[in-house]
Amino acid sequence: MPTDFIVHDKADTVGVAVVEDIQPNKELTGWVMETDETIRVKALDTVPLGHKIALADIKSGDTVLKYGYDVGRAVADIPKGRHVHVHNLKTKRW
Amino acid sequence: MGRYDFYGYRRENGRVGVRNHVVILPLDDLSNAACEAVAHNIKGTLALPHAYGRLQFGEDLELFFRTLIGTGSNPNVAACVVIGIEPSWTGRVVDGIAKTGKPVAGFSIEEHGDITTIANASRKARELMQWASERQREKCSIEEVFISTKCGESDTTSGLASCPTVGNLIDKLDPMGVTTCFGETSELTGAEMVCADRAATPDVRGKFMQVFNAYQEVINRHKTSDLSESQPTKGNIAGGLTTIEEKAFGNLQKIGRKSRFIDVLKPAEAPSRGPGLYYMDTSSAAAECVTLQAAAGFVVHLFPTGQGNVIGNPIEPVIKLTANPKTARTMVEHIDLDVSGILRRELTLDKAGDQLIDMVVRTCNGRLTCAEVMGHREFVLTKLYQSA
Repeated sequence: MPTDFIVHDKADTVGVAVVEDIQPNKELTGWVMETDETIRVKALDTVPLGHKIALADIKSGDTVLKYGYDVGRAVADIPKGRHVHVHNLKTKRW
Repeated sequence: MGRYDFYGYRRENGRVGVRNHVVILPLDDLSNAACEAVAHNIKGTLALPHAYGRLQFGEDLELFFRTLIGTGSNPNVAACVVIGIEPSWTGRVVDGIAKTGKPVAGFSIEEHGDITTIANASRKARELMQWASERQREKCSIEEVFISTKCGESDTTSGLASCPTVGNLIDKLDPMGVTTCFGETSELTGAEMVCADRAATPDVRGKFMQVFNAYQEVINRHKTSDLSESQPTKGNIAGGLTTIEEKAFGNLQKIGRKSRFIDVLKPAEAPSRGPGLYYMDTSSAAAECVTLQAAAGFVVHLFPTGQGNVIGNPIEPVIKLTANPKTARTMVEHIDLDVSGILRRELTLDKAGDQLIDMVVRTCNGRLTCAEVMGHREFVLTKLYQSA
């Protein structure tokens, strides 16, 4: 089974697309590196290679976790399967 | 020859170099033209033009001298000619480099003019170049190599695979007594506490936090926004990185999982606590950071890239690796090691780390890096504040 996205840590709320063809409604297979688990998510957006996809429903204001750590704050509701980037995630620093 | 042995240049002070440059080093911006003329006259020599060296003062001036003297002192440099507008500061750089025991000579332009200076310096450079050409490589071991790292035009594949590959190398080589260095103070923002936990002692941890907080003050003083136009860069964002915190955790993968840093270095400061991992206070701009690490005596650089930074350094070979399959495909002439197989789960991190060690040994033996054959010689001095 090809891996469509990779997740650093089991606690993460986003995964990283590692293929170049993620389109809406595609059923995706993900690999959690920390636990070597396989998970599945249905894409709701086009997600380019290297971009993030929500692994859970994230509410506006929620902290987004990657590497098991805080990497910023959601500035919009992000349903599971949506593209996560500068339009809906902002730094808490500077 | 063991797996970790190679043929390198053992210098007068015992340090090992992997290149054999004869450098024509300008003291200041005014002397660039003369240095470039000498390098044109004497084939095989290397001029290092730069933008500074006039009216600097205080800590900024100290950093300037440390960078120039450190560059000439690097074991990848066999010999050096220094040219400056006047004799006093020229002599200060010459004397600093001479402490290594390598041949170095200074020339100044005032009272002579460019043409006479170029002629005199060319005669000396001819002598040094022919002398250097007869230096022989001898058997050396990897623990004699000083290795620096810094990533650039990172994307999420950097944090997933290319930075962890460097981390795997450091975790393997650190116990063998290799000296390594990472930096990029601003680019640890968000991951600074995790980084601080990797300090070897509470004293080193305190020193790191002091340096980190000082850099944050600089950013806070000058910023006009949340830096989302600069840090992450446009390239980072195109590659999927969204925030500085996310970028920082990816960056930190370069120091592996086990190694601890044993000291915090000022920019361009040479390590003085023996073998181990060092943290250096640097900018996150690629050419500035690598120039500072080369000036501190590091002889091979490991540069993970995501979107495809093309940087090189004139004296320190820069080995580039990427895990981004698109970058590996579209920028093949810039990538020394493709670890994108990790993302396809065809390559383990352990094996990728071994491949990178092999690439370091090959580079030490003389294999030219992509940056070297493409002519990338970015020599960029860090300036701390305005000149007087």
